[in-house]
Amino acid sequence: MTKAVKKTQLHHPLLPKTPTGIIGLDEITEGGLPKGRPTLVCGQAGCGKTLMSLEFLIRGAMEFNEPGVFMAFEEKASELTMNVASLGFDLDKLQAEKKIKLDYVHIDRSEIEETGEYNLEGLFIRLGYAIDSIKAKRVVLDTLENLFSGLTNQTILRAELRRLFQWLKDKGVTAIITGEKGDGNALTRQGLEEYVSDCVILLDHRVINQISTRRLRIVKYRGSVHGTNEYPFLIDEEGISVLPITSLKLEKEVSSKRISSGIPALNDMLGGKGFFKGSSVLVSGTAGTGKTSIAAYFANEACNRKERCIYFAFEESPRQIIRNMHSIGVDLQKHVDKDLLRFFASRPTLYGLEMHLVAMYKLIKKFKPGVVVLDPITNLITVGSVSEVKAMLIRLIDFLQEEQITVMFTALTLNNIVNEQTDEGVSSLVDAWILVRDIEFNGERNRGMYIMKSRGMKHSNQVREFIITDKGLDLVEVYLGPDGVLTGSAREAQKLQEQTGQVLRDFAVGSRDREIMRKRKVLEAKISNLQMEFESAEEELNKIHQQEELVKNISLNTRKEIANMRKGGTEDNARGGKK
Amino acid sequence: MTKQKEPIAYELRLYIAGKTAKSVTALANLKKYCEEYLKGQYKIEVVDLLVQPQLAEGDQIFAIPTLVRKVPEPIRKIIGDLSNEEKVLVGLNIRPA
Repeated sequence: MTKAVKKTQLHHPLLPKTPTGIIGLDEITEGGLPKGRPTLVCGQAGCGKTLMSLEFLIRGAMEFNEPGVFMAFEEKASELTMNVASLGFDLDKLQAEKKIKLDYVHIDRSEIEETGEYNLEGLFIRLGYAIDSIKAKRVVLDTLENLFSGLTNQTILRAELRRLFQWLKDKGVTAIITGEKGDGNALTRQGLEEYVSDCVILLDHRVINQISTRRLRIVKYRGSVHGTNEYPFLIDEEGISVLPITSLKLEKEVSSKRISSGIPALNDMLGGKGFFKGSSVLVSGTAGTGKTSIAAYFANEACNRKERCIYFAFEESPRQIIRNMHSIGVDLQKHVDKDLLRFFASRPTLYGLEMHLVAMYKLIKKFKPGVVVLDPITNLITVGSVSEVKAMLIRLIDFLQEEQITVMFTALTLNNIVNEQTDEGVSSLVDAWILVRDIEFNGERNRGMYIMKSRGMKHSNQVREFIITDKGLDLVEVYLGPDGVLTGSAREAQKLQEQTGQVLRDFAVGSRDREIMRKRKVLEAKISNLQMEFESAEEELNKIHQQEELVKNISLNTRKEIANMRKGGTEDNARGGKK
Repeated sequence: MTKQKEPIAYELRLYIAGKTAKSVTALANLKKYCEEYLKGQYKIEVVDLLVQPQLAEGDQIFAIPTLVRKVPEPIRKIIGDLSNEEKVLVGLNIRPA
C-alpha cells in the first residue's frame, strides 16, 4: 500500500505534508498533516485528542527535528508532563533542550471582568513569542474552546478565532487544534470546523457489548487523497498506533518454499515437505483433540529452525501451555529464554476485535516472526459475530501473507452446526485445513486426523490416527477393515490378530519348507545313486571297448609281423613284389 | 500633601499591544477613574507586549487590553477598553457590587 502511495505522490506533486510520526496515521493521510496549515482533531472526552496532538509534537521534536509549541487551555504543564511520562516521553528534558515549549493559558471566569472592546492580541503575542523563542514548526492548541467558557463576548471571540487561524497560516506552522465533540452531528461544540477547513480528524471511543474500541476517521482533507474508513487505534505504552487495514488487493508475493509442521508423519501427508511458507493453516477439531499440541509442535519446529514465532493464546496462559507441552516432550521454555518464541496471552474480552488486530499487527511488526500461531480463533466469537471475526481474520491473513509469515489457527468445533459455521467462515480463507476429530468406537474415544484441503500440493486423502504420547505426537495409519475404521485398542487388537496370523503363517510355511527340503534330500540321494550306477555301467562298457581295441591292435601287429617274416625281404621287395 | 504619607493601596498594570485605539482609550479611561476615586493611592504600570512579549505568560494575558490589579490581592483582571465605568469600579473592588 505504501508503495502505491509513493507512486501516486511522484506522479502528482500534491500539497506538502508534515509527517506526524504516529504509527499508521501517516499512511492513512498519505504523508501526514497539511504542512503549514491548521488541522482540527475532534472527539468526545477521553478519546485521545490531547495525547494525539502531544504525540504529534513530541515525535516532531524527536524524529523530525521540528520544535513545537503546546498551548494548553485545559491542563497545566506539570499535569501534561506527568501524563506523557507514562508513555516514555520526557517533556521536561525536551523543554530544557528547547524542542518543546508548553504554555498553559489559564482562563478563570471568576477572575475576569469584561468591559468594552478587546481582542485576543495577547494570545497571539504569547503564541508568537513561544514560536519564535524555539523556532517552532508545529503548534498545538489544546481545546481552544475553553476560551468560550471564559469569555462572554462571542462576536469578538469568533472574529478573533478566524484571525488566529489565518495568523497561524501566515506563520507557516503546522497546527493541531483540538475540539470537543458537540451535540448531534456537530463535530465541535463551537463550530470550530467552520474555521479549520483544511483537515479534520475525528476520534471516536465507542463501547459495544461492554467492549470499547477507539476509532479514527479523516472527515476531510482538502487537496489530498486520504483513507476514508474508520480505523481502529490503540493507545498503549508507546503512544498511539493506527492500523490502516484496507488493502485487500490480492497481489501478494508467493513463496514455494516449504516449512515443516513439526510432525514428520504430517509432513508426509503433505507431500513429504510440509506447508508452504507464508500460507495459512487451520487446525480444527472438537475439544481435547490436541489442537494446541499441534500448534505447539509447529511453533517448536519453527524455533528449532531459528525462526521467530509469536504465539497468541486466547484460552490458556503461557505458563500453562509450557507446562502442558512438557508432558508431551516439547520444551517451549528454552525458546522463550532465547527470545525466539513469544507468547501473547489475552482474554478475547480484553478489547474489541479491531483492537486485537491492532495489537497483533503491532507485535508482529515489532518482533518480525516467521511463524504466528493463534490459539484458538473461535474464542474471538465472544467479542464479535462470525462475520466480524471472519472480516478480521481476512485482514490478518492478508497482512501476514504480505509479510510472508506462516500462520496457524486453531478452531474449536463445538457441535456440528457451529462446526460448519466457524469452519466455513475461515476455511475459504486458509490454504491448508487439517481436521482432528474424535472417532468413537468400541467404547473408547480416539483421535483421527485428515487433511481437508491443502492448496497447491499433493496431499494424502487418508485418515490417520493421531496419537499423543509422552514422547510426542505421531500419526499412525488406521485400519480400514470390513468392520470399518479401527482405532485405538481395536486397532491394537487387529494388529495383534494379524501378528498371530503371521506367526501361524510363518509356522505353516516353515513346515512346508522342511517337507520339501526332505523330499529334495531323498530325491537328491536317489539321483546320486542312479548316477553312480550309471557311472559304473559306463565304466564296464569302456573296459570292454578298451579290451576289444587292445586285442584288435595286437592281432593286427601280430599279423603284420607274421607277414613280414614270411616274405623275409625288405620293404622294397615287398613293395616291388606287390607291383 | 497627604499623598506621600498614604500607602499605595492599588497597584495596577495595564497590558497593551502597541498604541492602538483600544489601548489608548483604555489607558485614558483608567487614568480618569483612578484620579477620580483613588487619587494618590494608586500606581499604574503600562506593559507593551509588543516590546516585552515574554511578560504575557506571567500574568496569564490573552486578551488586549487587560488591566490587572496586582495589589490588593486577590488578583483581578478586567479586559476590554474599560469603557463601562461601573464594571471597572466593581471589578477593581473600589465600589462594592
